[in-house]
Amino acid sequence: MSNVRVLVGTRKGAFVLTSDGKRERWEVGGPHFGGWEIYHVKGSPADPNRLYASQSSGWFGQVIQRSDDGGKNWIQPGTPPSEQNVPQQGPPKGESNKFVYNTSPENGKPLTTHQWYDGTQHPWEFKRVWHLEPSLSDPDTVYAGVEDAALFRSTNGGQNWEEISGLRGHGTGPRWQPGAGGMCLHTIVLDPSNSKRMYIAISAAGAFRTDDGGKSWRPINRGLKSLYIPDPTAEVGHCVHHIAAHKSRPSVLFMQKHWDVMRSDDAGDSWREVSGNLPTDFGFVIDVHAHEPETIYVIPIKSDGEHFPPEGKLRVYRSRTGGNEWEPLGNGLPQSDCYVNVLRDAMAVDSLDACGVYFGTTGGQVYASRDAGNNWAPIVRDLPAVLSVEVQTLP
Amino acid sequence: MIRVVLPPHLRTLAHVGMEVNIEVQGAVTQRSILDALEACYPMLRGTIRDYDTMQRRPFLRFFACGEDWSHESPDHPLPQAVALGTEPFLVIGAIAGG
Repeated sequence: MSNVRVLVGTRKGAFVLTSDGKRERWEVGGPHFGGWEIYHVKGSPADPNRLYASQSSGWFGQVIQRSDDGGKNWIQPGTPPSEQNVPQQGPPKGESNKFVYNTSPENGKPLTTHQWYDGTQHPWEFKRVWHLEPSLSDPDTVYAGVEDAALFRSTNGGQNWEEISGLRGHGTGPRWQPGAGGMCLHTIVLDPSNSKRMYIAISAAGAFRTDDGGKSWRPINRGLKSLYIPDPTAEVGHCVHHIAAHKSRPSVLFMQKHWDVMRSDDAGDSWREVSGNLPTDFGFVIDVHAHEPETIYVIPIKSDGEHFPPEGKLRVYRSRTGGNEWEPLGNGLPQSDCYVNVLRDAMAVDSLDACGVYFGTTGGQVYASRDAGNNWAPIVRDLPAVLSVEVQTLP
Repeated sequence: MIRVVLPPHLRTLAHVGMEVNIEVQGAVTQRSILDALEACYPMLRGTIRDYDTMQRRPFLRFFACGEDWSHESPDHPLPQAVALGTEPFLVIGAIAGG
Protein backbone atom coordinates (compact mmCIF):
# COMPACT_ATOMS: atom_id res chain seq x y z
CA MET A 1 0.00 0.00 0.00
CA SER A 2 1.20 3.51 -0.71
CA ASN A 3 2.23 5.91 1.99
CA VAL A 4 1.86 9.63 2.26
CA ARG A 5 4.37 12.08 3.67
CA VAL A 6 3.32 15.66 4.35
CA LEU A 7 6.14 18.19 4.69
CA VAL A 8 5.17 21.20 6.75
CA GLY A 9 7.18 24.39 7.13
CA THR A 10 6.23 26.65 10.03
CA ARG A 11 7.35 29.82 11.75
CA LYS A 12 9.18 27.73 14.34
CA GLY A 13 10.40 24.58 12.66
CA ALA A 14 9.63 21.83 10.17
CA PHE A 15 7.34 18.86 10.71
CA VAL A 16 7.00 15.61 8.78
CA LEU A 17 3.57 13.98 8.96
CA THR A 18 3.27 10.40 7.76
CA SER A 19 0.44 7.96 7.15
CA ASP A 20 -0.34 4.88 5.16
CA GLY A 21 -2.56 5.09 2.10
CA LYS A 22 -5.72 5.07 4.18
CA ARG A 23 -4.73 8.48 5.52
CA GLU A 24 -6.64 7.92 8.74
CA ARG A 25 -3.85 7.81 11.31
CA TRP A 26 -0.93 10.16 11.22
CA GLU A 27 2.40 10.33 12.94
CA VAL A 28 3.82 13.77 13.58
CA GLY A 29 7.61 14.03 13.34
CA GLY A 30 9.54 17.08 14.44
CA PRO A 31 10.09 19.80 15.09
CA HIS A 32 13.17 19.87 12.94
CA PHE A 33 15.21 23.08 13.24
CA GLY A 34 13.08 24.20 16.18
CA GLY A 35 12.86 27.94 16.54
CA TRP A 36 13.79 28.70 12.91
CA GLU A 37 11.44 29.84 10.18
CA ILE A 38 11.01 27.09 7.64
CA TYR A 39 9.61 28.71 4.55
CA HIS A 40 9.54 25.55 2.47
CA VAL A 41 10.35 21.85 2.48
CA LYS A 42 10.04 19.82 -0.69
CA GLY A 43 11.02 16.36 -1.89
CA SER A 44 12.65 15.38 -5.14
CA PRO A 45 10.30 13.68 -7.62
CA ALA A 46 13.31 11.69 -8.83
CA ASP A 47 14.26 10.45 -5.35
CA PRO A 48 11.53 10.83 -2.74
CA ASN A 49 13.98 10.42 0.14
CA ARG A 50 15.86 13.50 -0.99
CA LEU A 51 14.32 16.50 0.74
CA TYR A 52 15.37 20.12 0.70
CA ALA A 53 14.46 22.65 3.37
CA SER A 54 14.83 26.40 3.59
CA GLN A 55 15.70 27.38 7.15
CA SER A 56 16.00 31.06 7.94
CA SER A 57 16.11 33.52 10.76
CA GLY A 58 16.07 37.26 11.20
CA TRP A 59 19.13 36.80 13.40
CA PHE A 60 21.22 34.32 11.47
CA GLY A 61 20.16 34.53 7.84
CA GLN A 62 19.66 31.68 5.42
CA VAL A 63 20.55 28.02 5.89
CA ILE A 64 19.85 25.25 3.40
CA GLN A 65 19.21 21.79 4.81
CA ARG A 66 19.03 18.48 2.97
CA SER A 67 17.85 15.06 3.99
CA ASP A 68 18.72 11.87 2.11
CA ASP A 69 16.51 9.60 4.19
CA GLY A 70 13.08 11.14 3.97
CA GLY A 71 13.50 13.65 6.76
CA LYS A 72 14.97 11.53 9.55
CA ASN A 73 18.41 13.12 9.37
CA TRP A 74 19.45 16.46 7.93
CA ILE A 75 22.74 17.94 6.80
CA GLN A 76 23.90 21.20 5.40
CA PRO A 77 24.99 20.14 1.92
CA GLY A 78 28.75 20.09 1.62
CA THR A 79 29.24 19.88 5.35
CA PRO A 80 28.88 16.22 6.28
CA PRO A 81 28.45 15.47 9.98
CA SER A 82 31.81 13.73 10.12
CA GLU A 83 33.52 17.00 9.28
CA GLN A 84 31.42 19.30 11.37
CA ASN A 85 33.76 19.51 14.34
CA VAL A 86 37.05 18.97 12.57
CA PRO A 87 39.21 21.94 11.64
CA GLN A 88 39.15 22.25 7.87
CA GLN A 89 42.05 22.45 5.49
CA GLY A 90 41.78 24.63 2.42
CA PRO A 91 38.85 26.84 1.60
CA PRO A 92 35.93 26.63 3.98
CA LYS A 93 33.08 24.42 2.97
CA GLY A 94 29.47 25.13 3.76
CA GLU A 95 28.75 27.28 0.73
CA SER A 96 25.22 25.92 0.76
CA ASN A 97 24.16 29.09 2.55
CA LYS A 98 25.74 31.38 -0.01
CA PHE A 99 23.28 33.19 -2.27
CA VAL A 100 25.08 35.97 -4.08
CA TYR A 101 23.50 37.83 -6.96
CA ASN A 102 25.32 37.53 -10.22
CA THR A 103 26.41 40.97 -11.32
CA SER A 104 28.97 39.92 -13.89
CA PRO A 105 28.48 41.33 -17.38
CA GLU A 106 29.13 37.88 -18.82
CA ASN A 107 25.96 36.49 -17.30
CA GLY A 108 22.92 38.50 -18.17
CA LYS A 109 22.78 42.20 -17.54
CA PRO A 110 24.08 43.41 -14.21
CA LEU A 111 21.16 44.73 -12.26
CA THR A 112 21.59 46.49 -8.98
CA THR A 113 18.29 48.18 -8.19
CA HIS A 114 14.57 47.58 -8.21
CA GLN A 115 11.66 49.81 -7.29
CA TRP A 116 11.14 50.45 -3.59
CA TYR A 117 7.79 51.01 -1.90
CA ASP A 118 8.03 54.76 -2.47
CA GLY A 119 8.92 54.44 -6.13
CA THR A 120 12.61 55.16 -5.72
CA GLN A 121 15.24 52.66 -6.79
CA HIS A 122 16.65 50.35 -4.13
CA PRO A 123 19.56 47.90 -4.16
CA TRP A 124 18.88 44.19 -4.47
CA GLU A 125 19.51 42.56 -1.06
CA PHE A 126 19.29 38.85 -0.44
CA LYS A 127 17.04 37.99 2.51
CA ARG A 128 15.83 34.39 2.35
CA VAL A 129 14.74 31.45 0.23
CA TRP A 130 10.97 31.26 -0.10
CA HIS A 131 10.60 28.24 -2.33
CA LEU A 132 12.69 25.21 -3.29
CA GLU A 133 11.76 23.31 -6.42
CA PRO A 134 13.68 20.08 -7.04
CA SER A 135 14.24 19.01 -10.63
CA LEU A 136 11.78 16.50 -12.01
CA SER A 137 14.59 14.19 -13.13
CA ASP A 138 17.77 14.85 -11.16
CA PRO A 139 17.81 14.73 -7.34
CA ASP A 140 20.92 16.91 -7.21
CA THR A 141 19.39 19.75 -9.19
CA VAL A 142 17.15 22.13 -7.31
CA TYR A 143 15.90 25.66 -7.92
CA ALA A 144 15.50 28.30 -5.23
CA GLY A 145 13.19 31.29 -5.40
CA VAL A 146 14.50 34.01 -3.14
CA GLU A 147 13.77 37.44 -1.68
CA ASP A 148 14.79 39.94 -3.09
CA ALA A 149 13.35 38.27 -6.13
CA ALA A 150 15.75 36.10 -8.07
CA LEU A 151 16.10 32.52 -9.16
CA PHE A 152 19.04 30.35 -8.13
CA ARG A 153 20.00 26.82 -9.11
CA SER A 154 22.16 24.16 -7.53
CA THR A 155 23.32 21.16 -9.52
CA ASN A 156 25.21 19.46 -6.70
CA GLY A 157 22.56 18.76 -4.13
CA GLY A 158 22.46 22.24 -2.64
CA GLN A 159 26.19 22.63 -1.96
CA ASN A 160 26.56 25.65 -4.22
CA TRP A 161 24.08 28.05 -5.74
CA GLU A 162 24.30 30.10 -8.88
CA GLU A 163 21.86 32.77 -9.93
CA ILE A 164 19.98 32.28 -13.18
CA SER A 165 20.64 35.89 -13.92
CA GLY A 166 18.73 36.16 -17.17
CA LEU A 167 15.54 36.59 -15.16
CA ARG A 168 16.58 39.73 -13.31
CA GLY A 169 18.47 40.90 -16.35
CA HIS A 170 15.77 40.61 -18.98
CA GLY A 171 14.79 44.25 -18.70
CA THR A 172 11.82 44.82 -16.41
CA GLY A 173 13.69 44.33 -13.11
CA PRO A 174 13.93 48.02 -12.21
CA ARG A 175 10.10 48.13 -12.26
CA TRP A 176 9.60 45.25 -9.83
CA GLN A 177 8.41 46.32 -6.42
CA PRO A 178 8.01 44.51 -3.10
CA GLY A 179 4.61 43.71 -1.70
CA ALA A 180 3.99 43.95 2.02
CA GLY A 181 5.60 40.54 2.49
CA GLY A 182 8.73 41.48 0.61
CA MET A 183 9.79 41.14 -3.00
CA CYS A 184 9.83 37.39 -3.21
CA LEU A 185 10.07 34.82 -5.97
CA HIS A 186 7.67 32.33 -4.45
CA THR A 187 6.45 30.08 -7.25
CA ILE A 188 8.44 27.84 -9.58
CA VAL A 189 6.56 25.55 -11.97
CA LEU A 190 8.60 23.10 -14.07
CA ASP A 191 7.10 21.81 -17.31
CA PRO A 192 7.26 18.00 -17.28
CA SER A 193 6.88 17.85 -21.06
CA ASN A 194 9.56 20.42 -21.87
CA SER A 195 12.69 20.58 -19.73
CA LYS A 196 13.55 24.00 -21.14
CA ARG A 197 10.30 25.62 -20.03
CA MET A 198 9.72 27.01 -16.57
CA TYR A 199 7.30 29.46 -15.03
CA ILE A 200 8.00 31.63 -12.00
CA ALA A 201 6.01 34.23 -10.11
CA ILE A 202 7.07 37.23 -8.08
CA SER A 203 5.25 39.53 -5.69
CA ALA A 204 4.87 42.19 -6.90
CA ALA A 205 6.16 41.84 -10.40
CA GLY A 206 4.03 39.11 -11.94
CA ALA A 207 4.60 35.86 -13.83
CA PHE A 208 7.50 35.08 -16.14
CA ARG A 209 8.41 32.23 -18.47
CA THR A 210 11.55 30.84 -19.98
CA ASP A 211 11.58 28.51 -22.97
CA ASP A 212 15.32 28.02 -23.13
CA GLY A 213 16.24 26.67 -19.71
CA GLY A 214 16.56 30.04 -18.02
CA LYS A 215 18.73 31.95 -20.47
CA SER A 216 15.99 34.32 -21.52
CA TRP A 217 12.73 35.30 -19.85
CA ARG A 218 9.67 37.31 -20.64
CA PRO A 219 6.74 38.59 -18.60
CA ILE A 220 3.51 36.66 -19.12
CA ASN A 221 0.96 39.00 -17.58
CA ARG A 222 -1.33 39.90 -20.48
CA GLY A 223 -4.92 39.79 -19.29
CA LEU A 224 -4.12 40.49 -15.66
CA LYS A 225 -5.85 43.55 -14.27
CA SER A 226 -4.71 44.95 -10.93
CA LEU A 227 -6.57 47.99 -9.74
CA TYR A 228 -4.10 48.63 -6.94
CA ILE A 229 -1.25 49.66 -9.28
CA PRO A 230 -1.03 52.87 -11.32
CA ASP A 231 -1.50 51.08 -14.65
CA PRO A 232 -3.87 48.17 -13.96
CA THR A 233 -2.82 46.31 -17.11
CA ALA A 234 0.90 47.00 -16.89
CA GLU A 235 3.41 44.54 -18.29
CA VAL A 236 4.80 43.99 -14.78
CA GLY A 237 3.84 45.01 -11.26
CA HIS A 238 1.07 42.50 -10.55
CA CYS A 239 0.98 40.77 -7.21
CA VAL A 240 0.69 37.15 -8.22
CA HIS A 241 0.20 34.94 -5.18
CA HIS A 242 0.53 31.45 -6.63
CA ILE A 243 0.38 29.47 -9.87
CA ALA A 244 -0.50 25.80 -10.34
CA ALA A 245 -0.63 23.46 -13.31
CA HIS A 246 -1.60 19.84 -13.90
CA LYS A 247 1.28 17.67 -15.04
CA SER A 248 -0.71 16.31 -17.99
CA ARG A 249 -1.47 19.81 -19.33
CA PRO A 250 1.44 22.02 -18.36
CA SER A 251 0.38 24.81 -20.71
CA VAL A 252 -2.82 25.32 -18.76
CA LEU A 253 -2.06 27.52 -15.78
CA PHE A 254 -4.21 28.57 -12.86
CA MET A 255 -3.34 31.64 -10.85
CA GLN A 256 -4.46 33.09 -7.55
CA LYS A 257 -3.63 36.75 -7.86
CA HIS A 258 -3.81 39.26 -5.01
CA TRP A 259 -7.37 39.70 -6.17
CA ASP A 260 -8.79 37.52 -8.98
CA VAL A 261 -8.47 33.86 -9.85
CA MET A 262 -7.10 33.58 -13.38
CA ARG A 263 -6.59 30.94 -16.03
CA SER A 264 -4.33 30.67 -19.06
CA ASP A 265 -4.67 28.06 -21.79
CA ASP A 266 -1.62 29.17 -23.73
CA ALA A 267 1.29 28.87 -21.30
CA GLY A 268 0.69 32.29 -19.86
CA ASP A 269 0.57 34.23 -23.11
CA SER A 270 -2.88 35.42 -22.10
CA TRP A 271 -5.03 35.17 -18.99
CA ARG A 272 -8.74 35.37 -18.31
CA GLU A 273 -10.54 35.71 -15.03
CA VAL A 274 -12.35 32.64 -13.67
CA SER A 275 -13.33 33.95 -10.24
CA GLY A 276 -17.00 33.31 -11.10
CA ASN A 277 -19.19 32.85 -8.05
CA LEU A 278 -16.48 32.88 -5.39
CA PRO A 279 -17.53 34.87 -2.30
CA THR A 280 -14.26 36.80 -2.62
CA ASP A 281 -11.52 36.28 -5.13
CA PHE A 282 -8.73 37.37 -2.82
CA GLY A 283 -6.60 34.52 -1.53
CA PHE A 284 -3.19 32.95 -1.60
CA VAL A 285 -3.32 29.23 -2.49
CA ILE A 286 -4.44 27.48 -5.63
CA ASP A 287 -3.94 23.86 -6.62
CA VAL A 288 -5.11 21.26 -9.13
CA HIS A 289 -6.60 17.82 -8.50
CA ALA A 290 -4.04 15.08 -9.15
CA HIS A 291 -6.18 13.22 -11.70
CA GLU A 292 -8.71 15.78 -12.95
CA PRO A 293 -7.00 18.66 -14.75
CA GLU A 294 -10.15 20.80 -14.69
CA THR A 295 -10.69 20.41 -10.95
CA ILE A 296 -9.05 23.20 -9.01
CA TYR A 297 -9.06 24.42 -5.42
CA VAL A 298 -8.76 27.82 -3.78
CA ILE A 299 -9.37 29.14 -0.27
CA PRO A 300 -11.03 32.55 -0.44
CA ILE A 301 -9.78 35.10 2.05
CA LYS A 302 -11.93 38.12 2.85
CA SER A 303 -9.65 40.88 1.55
CA ASP A 304 -6.13 42.22 1.41
CA GLY A 305 -6.89 44.18 4.54
CA GLU A 306 -8.54 41.33 6.40
CA HIS A 307 -6.54 38.15 5.98
CA PHE A 308 -9.11 35.67 7.26
CA PRO A 309 -11.98 33.68 5.76
CA PRO A 310 -15.27 35.44 5.01
CA GLU A 311 -17.88 35.14 7.78
CA GLY A 312 -15.39 33.33 10.00
CA LYS A 313 -16.03 30.13 7.99
CA LEU A 314 -13.03 28.20 6.72
CA ARG A 315 -14.05 26.85 3.32
CA VAL A 316 -12.15 25.42 0.43
CA TYR A 317 -13.79 26.18 -2.90
CA ARG A 318 -13.61 23.62 -5.69
CA SER A 319 -14.32 24.10 -9.35
CA ARG A 320 -14.76 21.04 -11.54
CA THR A 321 -14.97 23.22 -14.64
CA GLY A 322 -11.57 24.84 -14.55
CA GLY A 323 -12.96 27.92 -12.87
CA ASN A 324 -16.03 30.18 -12.91
CA GLU A 325 -18.32 27.66 -11.19
CA TRP A 326 -17.27 27.04 -7.62
CA GLU A 327 -18.70 25.01 -4.76
CA PRO A 328 -17.87 25.52 -1.08
CA LEU A 329 -16.35 22.60 0.83
CA GLY A 330 -16.57 23.05 4.56
CA ASN A 331 -17.49 19.67 5.95
CA GLY A 332 -15.12 19.07 8.85
CA LEU A 333 -13.67 22.57 8.75
CA PRO A 334 -14.53 25.22 11.36
CA GLN A 335 -17.66 27.07 10.27
CA SER A 336 -17.73 29.76 12.90
CA ASP A 337 -15.27 32.10 14.56
CA CYS A 338 -12.38 31.03 12.37
CA TYR A 339 -9.93 33.81 11.55
CA VAL A 340 -6.83 32.05 10.29
CA ASN A 341 -5.07 32.62 6.99
CA VAL A 342 -3.74 30.08 4.51
CA LEU A 343 -0.50 31.21 2.91
CA ARG A 344 0.52 30.79 -0.71
CA ASP A 345 2.61 27.63 -0.45
CA ALA A 346 0.42 25.94 2.13
CA MET A 347 -1.77 23.72 -0.06
CA ALA A 348 -0.86 20.49 -1.84
CA VAL A 349 -2.43 17.30 -3.20
CA ASP A 350 -1.41 13.66 -3.10
CA SER A 351 -1.73 11.33 -6.08
CA LEU A 352 -3.61 8.42 -4.56
CA ASP A 353 -6.68 7.17 -6.43
CA ALA A 354 -8.98 9.25 -4.31
CA CYS A 355 -7.03 12.47 -4.47
CA GLY A 356 -6.03 13.83 -1.09
CA VAL A 357 -5.98 17.58 -0.54
CA TYR A 358 -4.03 19.21 2.28
CA PHE A 359 -3.57 22.71 3.62
CA GLY A 360 -2.09 24.41 6.64
CA THR A 361 -3.18 27.54 8.44
CA THR A 362 -1.55 30.39 10.29
CA GLY A 363 -3.31 28.98 13.35
CA GLY A 364 -1.15 25.87 13.17
CA GLN A 365 -3.70 23.39 11.88
CA VAL A 366 -3.01 21.05 8.98
CA TYR A 367 -6.23 19.79 7.42
CA ALA A 368 -6.56 16.85 5.05
CA SER A 369 -9.31 15.54 2.82
CA ARG A 370 -9.16 11.92 1.66
CA ASP A 371 -11.91 12.40 -0.88
CA ALA A 372 -10.89 15.31 -3.05
CA GLY A 373 -12.31 17.90 -0.70
CA ASN A 374 -15.74 16.54 0.21
CA ASN A 375 -14.77 15.94 3.83
CA TRP A 376 -11.98 17.34 5.96
CA ALA A 377 -10.26 16.49 9.21
CA PRO A 378 -7.26 17.93 10.99
CA ILE A 379 -4.06 15.91 10.94
CA VAL A 380 -2.58 18.12 13.61
CA ARG A 381 -4.05 21.17 15.31
CA ASP A 382 -1.46 23.07 17.24
CA LEU A 383 1.68 23.62 15.23
CA PRO A 384 3.28 27.05 14.90
CA ALA A 385 1.88 29.13 12.06
CA VAL A 386 2.12 27.09 8.88
CA LEU A 387 4.08 28.62 6.01
CA SER A 388 4.12 25.74 3.56
CA VAL A 389 2.69 22.29 2.92
CA GLU A 390 3.98 19.77 0.41
CA VAL A 391 2.89 16.18 -0.07
CA GLN A 392 4.74 13.12 -1.27
CA THR A 393 2.92 9.98 -2.36
CA LEU A 394 5.31 7.12 -1.70
CA PRO A 395 5.24 3.59 -3.11
CA MET B 1 42.99 29.06 22.61
CA ILE B 2 40.31 31.64 21.99
CA ARG B 3 36.98 31.05 23.69
CA VAL B 4 33.84 31.95 21.72
CA VAL B 5 30.37 31.89 23.23
CA LEU B 6 27.61 31.31 20.69
CA PRO B 7 23.86 31.99 20.91
CA PRO B 8 21.67 28.89 21.32
CA HIS B 9 20.51 28.48 17.72
CA LEU B 10 24.06 28.57 16.42
CA ARG B 11 25.14 25.98 18.99
CA THR B 12 22.48 23.68 17.59
CA LEU B 13 23.52 24.39 14.05
CA ALA B 14 27.19 23.70 14.78
CA HIS B 15 26.50 20.76 17.13
CA VAL B 16 28.47 22.36 19.93
CA GLY B 17 27.95 23.54 23.47
CA MET B 18 27.71 27.09 24.69
CA GLU B 19 31.41 27.76 24.25
CA VAL B 20 33.89 26.64 21.60
CA ASN B 21 37.67 26.89 21.64
CA ILE B 22 39.50 27.82 18.48
CA GLU B 23 43.04 28.60 17.41
CA VAL B 24 43.64 32.01 15.89
CA GLN B 25 46.78 32.81 13.95
CA GLY B 26 48.23 36.31 14.29
CA ALA B 27 46.39 39.28 15.77
CA VAL B 28 43.24 38.47 17.68
CA THR B 29 40.48 40.57 16.17
CA GLN B 30 36.79 40.15 15.40
CA ARG B 31 37.69 39.23 11.85
CA SER B 32 40.39 36.69 12.73
CA ILE B 33 38.17 35.06 15.34
CA LEU B 34 35.21 34.79 12.98
CA ASP B 35 37.40 33.58 10.13
CA ALA B 36 38.80 30.83 12.35
CA LEU B 37 35.37 30.01 13.74
CA GLU B 38 33.89 29.61 10.26
CA ALA B 39 36.85 27.53 9.14
CA CYS B 40 36.26 25.11 12.02
CA TYR B 41 32.49 25.22 11.74
CA PRO B 42 31.67 25.92 8.11
CA MET B 43 27.96 25.55 8.75
CA LEU B 44 28.18 28.91 10.52
CA ARG B 45 29.30 30.75 7.39
CA GLY B 46 26.76 33.39 6.60
CA THR B 47 24.99 33.17 9.93
CA ILE B 48 27.04 35.73 11.89
CA ARG B 49 28.27 37.84 8.99
CA ASP B 50 26.43 38.39 5.74
CA TYR B 51 27.82 36.00 3.17
CA ASP B 52 28.27 38.66 0.55
CA THR B 53 29.23 41.80 2.42
CA MET B 54 30.81 40.16 5.49
CA GLN B 55 28.99 42.72 7.62
CA ARG B 56 27.78 41.71 11.07
CA ARG B 57 24.13 40.66 10.93
CA PRO B 58 22.00 43.46 12.37
CA PHE B 59 20.41 41.41 15.16
CA LEU B 60 23.79 40.27 16.51
CA ARG B 61 26.35 42.03 18.69
CA PHE B 62 29.87 41.21 19.78
CA PHE B 63 31.00 41.63 23.38
CA ALA B 64 34.30 41.04 25.17
CA CYS B 65 35.42 41.92 28.68
CA GLY B 66 32.12 43.63 29.38
CA GLU B 67 32.37 45.97 26.40
CA ASP B 68 30.43 46.16 23.17
CA TRP B 69 32.78 45.72 20.22
CA SER B 70 30.05 45.56 17.61
CA HIS B 71 30.77 48.95 16.13
CA GLU B 72 34.54 48.78 16.26
CA SER B 73 36.58 47.96 13.21
CA PRO B 74 36.65 44.20 12.63
CA ASP B 75 40.43 44.49 12.49
CA HIS B 76 40.83 46.30 15.82
CA PRO B 77 42.79 44.11 18.27
CA LEU B 78 40.61 42.67 21.03
CA PRO B 79 41.67 42.80 24.71
CA GLN B 80 44.59 40.68 25.81
CA ALA B 81 42.28 38.68 28.07
CA VAL B 82 40.46 37.38 24.97
CA ALA B 83 43.75 36.55 23.27
CA LEU B 84 44.91 34.67 26.36
CA GLY B 85 41.61 32.81 26.70
CA THR B 86 40.81 34.13 30.13
CA GLU B 87 37.78 35.97 28.79
CA PRO B 88 35.47 34.77 26.02
CA PHE B 89 34.40 36.54 22.86
CA LEU B 90 30.62 36.65 22.97
CA VAL B 91 28.26 36.54 20.00
CA ILE B 92 24.90 37.70 21.33
CA GLY B 93 21.56 37.81 19.55
CA ALA B 94 18.93 40.47 20.10
CA ILE B 95 16.35 39.38 22.63
CA ALA B 96 13.24 37.89 21.04
CA GLY B 97 9.88 38.16 22.68
CA GLY B 98 7.10 40.51 23.41
